[in-house]
Amino acid sequence: MNHDSVYDGLLGGDSSQWAFGTDFEDPLAGVDTTVPAGVDGGELAAYCLMLGDDTLVLSQRLAEWCSRAPELEEDIALANMALDLLGQARLLLARAAAADPAVVPVLPAGSPVPAEDALAFFREAGQFRNVRLAEVVNGDFAHVVVRLLLFSIARLAVLQRLSGSGDAVLAAVAAKGVKELTYHRDWAGRWFLTLAQGTEESRKRLVSALEQLWPLRDELVTAHPVELSLAAAGVGVDPAGVRDETDAVLDQVLAVAEVDRPQRAPLAGIGGRTGRDGMHTEALSRMLAEMQVVARAHPSGRW
Amino acid sequence: MVSLRERAAAVAGTVRDPEMPMLTLADLGVLRDTEVDGEVVVVSITPTYSGCPAMATMRDDLVHRLTDAGFPRVEVRVVLSPAWSSDWITEHGRAELRAAGLSAPGPAKKGPVGLTLSPTRRALTCPRCGSARTEVISEFGATACKALYRCVDCFEPFDHVKEI
Repeated sequence: MNHDSVYDGLLGGDSSQWAFGTDFEDPLAGVDTTVPAGVDGGELAAYCLMLGDDTLVLSQRLAEWCSRAPELEEDIALANMALDLLGQARLLLARAAAADPAVVPVLPAGSPVPAEDALAFFREAGQFRNVRLAEVVNGDFAHVVVRLLLFSIARLAVLQRLSGSGDAVLAAVAAKGVKELTYHRDWAGRWFLTLAQGTEESRKRLVSALEQLWPLRDELVTAHPVELSLAAAGVGVDPAGVRDETDAVLDQVLAVAEVDRPQRAPLAGIGGRTGRDGMHTEALSRMLAEMQVVARAHPSGRW
Repeated sequence: MVSLRERAAAVAGTVRDPEMPMLTLADLGVLRDTEVDGEVVVVSITPTYSGCPAMATMRDDLVHRLTDAGFPRVEVRVVLSPAWSSDWITEHGRAELRAAGLSAPGPAKKGPVGLTLSPTRRALTCPRCGSARTEVISEFGATACKALYRCVDCFEPFDHVKEI
């Protein structure tokens, strides 16, 4: 036994006992990732990046809550939701890479970094396709409740339709995601009510967070040409088609909470371009700088 | 005469879930299939949750257990569809959960998903004292698959494996 390393002592020197990092593992190992007939692999990859970047970026924002939530139970809840979203992101980014390997950033020859990690850690902000709602800087607890409510209402509606996708991988990821997002939406809806019906201060903060995030909501239910094209091919979902449904669910929450629907206009794009086109707020670059710094310092690192 | 496939399936069936070690992967319902193709054992598993961090450990454990049992080549495949449901936990698994002080899941909801703004109601009994008076502390617990409860009579907290 090597007494210089506490780990050797614990594991009896058998590194194969390590739970993680023993070898590269593909989250889609054995899954048929053939692009469906009549579908453009590049478009499918772009679509998977849109959905996957939404969950990756939001997951990172939720993870920033670790150790900062008002109660231990809610800290754990936020971490659980971050983990669900990260898992969805991993599958979606891996699916993007399988659909069109050209989207994966090129790393040094022999790098063991898997494709989904290369996509997460080695793209610039302008290459991310997430909606801007996912990236804005965290605020108070009301802010995360409202952000999750707006996101999970829209995403759940999309995933329910996507579970019938002509792409078997997307269909499976969506079917799993429906079960997870159901818990997220309930959590956010219940806290929305609790804060609305709580103290004067909690209600004030809730309404303020809703006003602040409202202009970012529209992007969730606005179609990008790639989404329209894949919806026509029976592989994607036109998010504009779930607008009425998301309105109805949100109105249900607002009615019980006795909170008025904000009147603020959607946040405009820049030259018509929004998050789906890679046009982001400053917040994303700052978030990515922190998220990516270690991976970028070791492009051939094994984790 | 026990076939090679049966022997490999029996070995794979002994591997336990790293986060709920009272359950084998077979009891948990994540072990979907074991096949022998030439000298390669192909084991198929399904993740419980998209981000379940135990998947890597499950793979490693399956490979090591089968290799130790004399199967030189092991391939672990992921099956994403149909998505795992808590309904797949076996009766034996449910008994093991209760014996370990965890509450087993009820039937998973099917069909369209409605918004639930009031706390989820489950008819649970405390795995320690058997009281039916329990309350949910959080729908999110120590692992992705558990909710946290408390018994109103004996005051002990306990984990409930969630319905999905």
